[in-house]
Amino acid sequence: MIYLDNCSTTKPREEVVKIMYESMMDNFGNPSSLHRLGMKAEKRIREARKYIADFLKVDNNEIYFTSGGTESNNIAIQSFVNKMEKRGKHIITTKIEHPSVLNIMKYYEKHGFHISYLNVDEYGYISLEELRNSLRDDTILVSIMHVNNETGSIQPIEEIKNIIKEKNPNTLFHVDGVQGFGKIDISLKASGIDSYSFSGHKIHGPKGIGGLFIDKKHVISPIVFGGNQERGLRSGTENVTGIIGFGEAVKIMSEKYKEERQYVFELKEYFGNRIREEIDDIRINTSLDENSSPYILNISFRNVRGEVLLHYLEDKDIYVSTTSACSSKGTEKSHVLESMGLKDEEIEGAIRFCFSYENTKKDLDYTVEVLKESVTEIRQIIMR
Amino acid sequence: MDKILSISYGELALKGLNRRYFEDQLISNIKRAIKDLGYEKIYKEQGKLYIEANEDDFPQMINRLKKVFGLVNISPCIRTEKNIEDIEKAAIEIMKEKTKNQAIKTFKVESKRADKTFPIKSPGLSRKIGGVILKNFSDLTVDVHKPDTILYIDIKQKAYIYTERIKGYGGLPVGTNGKALLLLSGGIDSPVAGFMMAKRGVEISAVHYHSYPFTSERSEEKVKELASILSRYTGKIKMFSVNILEIQKEINAKCKENEMTILSRRFMMRIAEKIALREGIHGLITGESLGQVASQTIQSLSVTNAAVNLPVFRPLIGLDKLDIVEIAKDIETYETSILPYEDCCTVFLPKHPVTKPKLEDIIKSEELLEVDSLIERALENMKVTIIE
Repeated sequence: MIYLDNCSTTKPREEVVKIMYESMMDNFGNPSSLHRLGMKAEKRIREARKYIADFLKVDNNEIYFTSGGTESNNIAIQSFVNKMEKRGKHIITTKIEHPSVLNIMKYYEKHGFHISYLNVDEYGYISLEELRNSLRDDTILVSIMHVNNETGSIQPIEEIKNIIKEKNPNTLFHVDGVQGFGKIDISLKASGIDSYSFSGHKIHGPKGIGGLFIDKKHVISPIVFGGNQERGLRSGTENVTGIIGFGEAVKIMSEKYKEERQYVFELKEYFGNRIREEIDDIRINTSLDENSSPYILNISFRNVRGEVLLHYLEDKDIYVSTTSACSSKGTEKSHVLESMGLKDEEIEGAIRFCFSYENTKKDLDYTVEVLKESVTEIRQIIMR
Repeated sequence: MDKILSISYGELALKGLNRRYFEDQLISNIKRAIKDLGYEKIYKEQGKLYIEANEDDFPQMINRLKKVFGLVNISPCIRTEKNIEDIEKAAIEIMKEKTKNQAIKTFKVESKRADKTFPIKSPGLSRKIGGVILKNFSDLTVDVHKPDTILYIDIKQKAYIYTERIKGYGGLPVGTNGKALLLLSGGIDSPVAGFMMAKRGVEISAVHYHSYPFTSERSEEKVKELASILSRYTGKIKMFSVNILEIQKEINAKCKENEMTILSRRFMMRIAEKIALREGIHGLITGESLGQVASQTIQSLSVTNAAVNLPVFRPLIGLDKLDIVEIAKDIETYETSILPYEDCCTVFLPKHPVTKPKLEDIIKSEELLEVDSLIERALENMKVTIIE
């Protein structure tokens, strides 16, 4: 199997699976219980929180565990809006956010807020000028993703924060870090980012667990009420097993990520260049330099249906993603590629390759060969 | 005094000498539908069926029974000995439950005395029980024309007392009217067509066409899910999955673009007929509805029809889309049908399909293709699944 769909989810590391198994067998106590078993579980959660806080260079009490990226985005944005709405009803975000951000914005739009959606250029980057012009006195929040999940474009988070500070120091800044966490460096404290969300299963940890950084200077009220776990912000018995697995994944990642990132960067460059040279009539939607994530490569194959190509690859045990689906009611188009101004046929033919440390050059050589054959065959049928 | 389910089966009663055969099939279908819930006994008594089972299971059992064709009404009832005291007690209990659940002001009693040895005649029994109800329920009055509820009393070997009449679909028990092969797609229409033929007693098998890897495996899963919903009405369904990508590729390469759909349809019919003949199936069923799309004009239908000799049943032929959607919602296939996964890739949908094809033209186009060997190859790779 050649798994190139690592933005959708990653395969958990063996050590992660092992430690989770052990925790379920031996360490199943409820951290809130007063007895020894509860204390043991609480201690393991503390350890995991420390691994993550250390990795992000923040305090332990600035990290909250959630069920994943979607919940983290929801908690951060909704809590901030609840806190700030007396000051104003203007929010800035981008056109290429994840649905867990875009759909909250749509909700607020229906309820009297004004939302500015920043445009992106043909490679998926926002314009700092447009950001500067959009910021107003009543702007309470800016929410921007660090790394785009479809194209890998990296937004200049520090510059964005500087512009916000300069134009309206009261505006809060939330960063969706799900695709960037453990992959692209970010200095949360030094830049003055107010909140940052991340997820376990994108970094070879388990699903159903994620995290949220909130700068401790903010006192915010929860949006879900209950037994006051996670310092009252996220009630509900802790997902102890998930947290332990997540912590382990971050611990290993802390040691290896620089080396793995360099390895993956070279893979992507090699793979991208081979495709560019050997398959014609394509558009590479991701830059091959350091302005995009080394883990993501999005390519449009013109006169090919992305979904059909996906099934051709799957037949050869190669797994990728497409964001547009083949449908008689017209293609469900990727909002990201559409915002980048791609033509319909480029959106329909887009495939996303997402790498991990487990991929090898040999895997990618084979993938290029299968791609060449499949693209030729599909084009023969479609173009006739 | 105990609570049981009674079942009436209208149309069956008219079937003269065949009645026994229909009844036996109905009983076996009912048993199959409720087997896993567990029941004590099913018995026949003078034109009705009775099921003894745990009362807690009644709601789920009734839900399953509603989907058994041939069955007209289901009534939870009290069964008592045939003496007036017990009947009175049962009548009061039934009415207590009824008034607890519904706002009821008026009622009437309808008695049927199948056992003529019972000493009180029907009108007398109705009057007597009516009086008892009036005495026990001070806010109820009798209305013989438009009552809010009717209390039924059937006097047979035992007495059966009930108010509820939960409607089934009627029709004929599946298995009493031969077998047919349903061309099942992931759309809204074909599951409804299968439902309607099964309702006339036809045992259903299904064939599904896909073009993997031009379509997703999920579309096949979706069709299996549809077949599984359908099987709640029809019993187990044998499903044949046939990949017709090679055929579509050939048509695409050699024939006119606007004939793609009609040519594919003829291949589908031919393949279906081959499977049917092999499996001892007597006819084909499609979800076609006149004029709905280009391949469903009179001209197109006669060209597709000409590809086979077996009878082709099109139970939706005269229905509007809205009517079909309504049935699909009622039989619970709609939600699955509207999932996005397509079983035919848009790549193979012509922009302007022929609406008035001529058989001679189509046959000429087919001469460009190796029809028989294409069909043979498609059948070789066919997959069979039993859906329950």
